Amino acid sequence: MATAIEVRSVSKHFRLYHEQFTSLKERMLHWGKVPYEDFWALRDIELEIEEGQTFGLLGHNGSGKSTLLKCTAGIVQPTSGEIMTRGRVAALLELGAGFQPAMSGRENIYLNASLLGMSRKYVDRRFDDIVAFAELEQFIDNQVKYYSSGMYIRLGFAVAVHMDPDILIVDEVLAVGDELFQRKCFDRVRQFQREGRTIVVVTHSPDLVRQVCDRAAVLDHGHLVGLGSPAEAVRSYREHLLRRQAYLDAGEMTEMLSLAQSEPSSGSPAQVEQRGPESADGNADAGPSAIAVKSDEDASVGASTAGTALDGNHPPATLTISYVHIEPAHSAGRHYVETGEPMQLVVGYRASAAYADVVPSVIVYDQKGTVLFSADTRLYPAEIEVPSGDGEFVFSFDSLPLLDGDYPLTVGVTSYDQYSVYDWQEQQHTLSVITRNGQTGLVSVPARISQRPPVASDAPVGPEPDPAAVDAQPASKTPIA
Amino acid sequence: MVRRDGDKPLRVVSPKITLRQRVQAIWTYRELLGEMTRKELTVQYKNSILGFLWSMLNPAINLVVYFVVFQLILKNGIPRFAIYLMCGTLVWNFFSMGVSGACGSIVGNSPIIKKVSFPREIPALAQIGSALTQMGFQTIVLIVFLLAFRSGPAVAYLPLLIPALIAVILLATAIGILFAALNVKLRDVGYLLGIGLQVWFWGTPIVYTYAQIRDPIQFGHSPYLWLFILYRLNPVTPIVLTFQRAIYSVTSPIGTGGVPVHILPDHAGLWWYGWQLLAVIGFAGALLLFALSVFAKREGSFAEQL
Repeated sequence: MATAIEVRSVSKHFRLYHEQFTSLKERMLHWGKVPYEDFWALRDIELEIEEGQTFGLLGHNGSGKSTLLKCTAGIVQPTSGEIMTRGRVAALLELGAGFQPAMSGRENIYLNASLLGMSRKYVDRRFDDIVAFAELEQFIDNQVKYYSSGMYIRLGFAVAVHMDPDILIVDEVLAVGDELFQRKCFDRVRQFQREGRTIVVVTHSPDLVRQVCDRAAVLDHGHLVGLGSPAEAVRSYREHLLRRQAYLDAGEMTEMLSLAQSEPSSGSPAQVEQRGPESADGNADAGPSAIAVKSDEDASVGASTAGTALDGNHPPATLTISYVHIEPAHSAGRHYVETGEPMQLVVGYRASAAYADVVPSVIVYDQKGTVLFSADTRLYPAEIEVPSGDGEFVFSFDSLPLLDGDYPLTVGVTSYDQYSVYDWQEQQHTLSVITRNGQTGLVSVPARISQRPPVASDAPVGPEPDPAAVDAQPASKTPIA
Repeated sequence: MVRRDGDKPLRVVSPKITLRQRVQAIWTYRELLGEMTRKELTVQYKNSILGFLWSMLNPAINLVVYFVVFQLILKNGIPRFAIYLMCGTLVWNFFSMGVSGACGSIVGNSPIIKKVSFPREIPALAQIGSALTQMGFQTIVLIVFLLAFRSGPAVAYLPLLIPALIAVILLATAIGILFAALNVKLRDVGYLLGIGLQVWFWGTPIVYTYAQIRDPIQFGHSPYLWLFILYRLNPVTPIVLTFQRAIYSVTSPIGTGGVPVHILPDHAGLWWYGWQLLAVIGFAGALLLFALSVFAKREGSFAEQL
């Protein structure tokens, strides 16, 4: 496979002026002493994207991912280094960029298309397709200023996807329009993938990366910090996010801790319960499917020091997940859960200080990375407080509807507003499910199948005869209420 | 389905792009230039009843004002003054519209500059194109006037209009592109240009005649000689003079009292105009290269500074 995009030691430097002086007078007044900071939006980025790949660029706000995208698209020039792209490049940073409100939809299609590098002849041929895709047949000769925002975006997207690029660069613009239109856009991206076109997506949504990307890179403060499969990239992204939050939240945490010097709460929400620190040791080796991770955190950082942990060299307070194990309700010592069984998911944590307002969450995926279900306490108004020390969150599920398979599992602990991620273990655990009967598919949905005898056409309409009910629920399992 | 595997265009985004690559990029986007020119022409007067006529009205009013002031009030005595005026304003309107339009083109198109990749010179060139189209319409009006006055052009000098047109297009493009780039960072540039163009207009023989400046300094030794040389450095002047010579067609027509009115130098032949035009083309070409290199240097940061 040839490389479609080659990024060679690209750096981008900005001067952040504390004030922008755009007039000559201001310039003269501040001659040579305009205060500015050097800011490197990108630092020595090396990247190769192969032809036909769908590549994700992950990063938090201000990580430089959009700058890299703009450089690749040729909108911004890098300060040094170069980017080579092989093939026609289409960059969708904004849909309908440059639409002229006073011009008709028809005129705007031609203008927008030529802006994206399409010839008039080419647009002539695809014109009807574009209009049909945008679902704007009736309005195509109206001025664009009378369009609703949805129509506007649809027209923009329709032009963009009809331009036959070799390389498509997208900046999260897929999340527009109503559901039906989104579906259409997604199909289009899938089609582009099948056709072997290269796609680069910039996002801060790990879900999107898991769903559509073959490979992904993670940017943090202008540096390339992760590169690999979507799962690896997402993991590295979460890690960096976590590290960053720990640093950023240092100031806020002081405040939080002073509020949190209280007893553990007893009023836990319905599904997730919190076990006190005393019960933690007893369960540590109970489930064989348990995976112990990250348990060697220094426990000496107690609540007493937490208040002072932020000034100077002391590490900030931490709340980490020390282990995760799955407890099938009635039979310990198994590696799996059976379909339809009650299940308990135990998340052990270690807190170096007391935390208020903690949200533990669990997300279960299928093999393709689609979220199957998740559970956290944000649905419940009660707040969870965590005292300093060890403890467990227990997620109880009455019955597990999943069928045969290994399901990746993400476990995390965040603050209620999700602004702070205390710990996040992205798909590091596996939920193994075994189904005893021969049901196929992803989930077990109890069903009853019955039969109605054919009704003679001239027969009077009367009450239905009682169907001969066939209990389709497999015999080995009792139906779940 | 595997996509066609022909030779795909290779593009390099780098701070170092040669002039040739830039010109090539503009050429590949020539259709965009057409579309943007069309846009400039249509959007401006959309939703107005008179529409495109408005673009003619402004120069027409100017023309009437100059005519009233100079011919009726100041009694300058130039025969067929309307046609004389139109020769100069035709060139000047294109030049000033093109330059000032191009100057604001990058700032005015900031939404697409920030979001779409295309040669950044295009919006400036589209302004030149739109000004050129309007010049075409004004030419039609001029021809109508020529027919009404039964005034014919100087046929021998008509071919000179081609290098004159080339010169004024090159000049307007060069200055327009230069100012378009500078205006992004310093908006003063736009205002300065507006004032500069006003002064420049009066420094060009459009409403008065070249002879009115030239004759008093006829035989050297004048203390104003250096001022005259400065005046002659105005690159628009040779272009305007060529238009006047070719279309107004007479150098010293007989005025109202039977006395000839000196307008253009009598002795000047084809080459007098030709050499000057060549010099202007050379200067404008060099200026265009300079403008493109300044533009190239600034272009990378347009998206940030808008």
